[in-house]
Amino acid sequence: MIHLTTPFDEKKAKSLKAGDSVLLSGIIYTGRDAAHKRLVEMVNENKELPFDVNNQIIYFVGPTPAKPGAVFGSGGPTTSGRMDAYSPTMLSLGMRGMIGKGYRNQEVKEAIQKYKGVYFGAIGGAGAYIGKCIESCEVIAFDDLGPEAIRKLVVKDLPLTVIIDSQGNDLYEIGRKNYLEGETQ
Amino acid sequence: MRTIESDDIVKSVKELCKEANYHLPLDVKKALYQAIEDEDSELSKETLKVLKENAEIASNTLSPICQDTGMACIFIELGQEVHIEGNLKEAIFEGVRQGYEEGYLRKSIVNDPVFDRINTKDNTPAIINYDVVPGDELKITVAPKGFGSENMCQVKMLKPSDGIQGIKDFVLKVVNDAGPNACPPMVIGVGIGGNFDRVALLSKKAMMREIGTHHVDPRYATLEKELLEIINKTGIGPAGYGGKTTALSLNIETYPTHIAGMPVAVSICCHVARHKEVVL
Repeated sequence: MIHLTTPFDEKKAKSLKAGDSVLLSGIIYTGRDAAHKRLVEMVNENKELPFDVNNQIIYFVGPTPAKPGAVFGSGGPTTSGRMDAYSPTMLSLGMRGMIGKGYRNQEVKEAIQKYKGVYFGAIGGAGAYIGKCIESCEVIAFDDLGPEAIRKLVVKDLPLTVIIDSQGNDLYEIGRKNYLEGETQ
Repeated sequence: MRTIESDDIVKSVKELCKEANYHLPLDVKKALYQAIEDEDSELSKETLKVLKENAEIASNTLSPICQDTGMACIFIELGQEVHIEGNLKEAIFEGVRQGYEEGYLRKSIVNDPVFDRINTKDNTPAIINYDVVPGDELKITVAPKGFGSENMCQVKMLKPSDGIQGIKDFVLKVVNDAGPNACPPMVIGVGIGGNFDRVALLSKKAMMREIGTHHVDPRYATLEKELLEIINKTGIGPAGYGGKTTALSLNIETYPTHIAGMPVAVSICCHVARHKEVVL
């Protein structure tokens, strides 16, 4: 088990390998479909982004509303593929990593290799479990988007698995291959 | 003629929305526990254990199992001897509104699919399917469906000559396309027959049928088992990390069809196969 704290640099990212189990702590930012669309529009218009993405991690999530007295509701990962159109731009700006679930396209894989990023998987459907790892939550941009607003989270020991590493290895391919090879032996 | 007040429908739908989102159905739980026993890869076993713990936390703290509390899919079986006092559709929508607000559930519906895409902020409208049946009761099923898995569902109008192999190839293709996106282990419903729109509904009903029950026709019951076996040999595994538990179950529902066709639909749900019903 690897304990990792955000933000982290290229060197740290390069030490992570597809299949590694990680407990992540520190600040991360949330963003999904509509927020990504706006962020990339801002980049194209040379506007300043609502947070400095350098060496930061974006978590693809749209949480449920927190109950009174709670800091966060349920918040498992959403399908990352919908952010494929935007992630290469974000990586080119220095974003170090992404947390989500599901396949990424070739452009994203290449950008992860080129900019030495990392794609983490959180367990899809484990929203209540993941919600317990979140210590604070603050909406910092696009409040009008409701569940899609950008939130600054402080997380403690968020359980993740490295899916795509900076070498371009993909756990979704490796895990399946290893399982099938084990079956035929 | 028996009268049912629309206020009672509002209350029922409200409670069902909350209950369905907090508590994993018993049949899914059982299948999940069995999969933890059966799975032999360490990462997959651990992943399934997290899902078990997640369901326990959700149930104990009355929190949503998954943050995607879904589009509210409502199935109505209306006895033909029932008179509804008030507006049935409005009562259902009001129940959804209240349930999603009071239950701290996520509102995930946008008003227009292409141009506006503005969140309606109360999770309406819901999708309602009506059936008129004999009797004087009203059965309401609430099945919130998340779009991580909904986006991976597919329909194909197969030719009669494609036969059983054509069905197997198509189901396998849909599962492979879905892979980790659909949050495996999946709960799968396959509809066969009817027409283009009916087959999709059949697949959804198959998906909601209790895990462990089988199609009444033993030939389809066998096909259910064969398809599940093929799917669990893909190696996708829990969360897509590699393993034997790609799907917890696969149910088939069928309907007669046209001489020229063999429609097939595959509905995929994540392990959070939520549905809760009440009879008024």
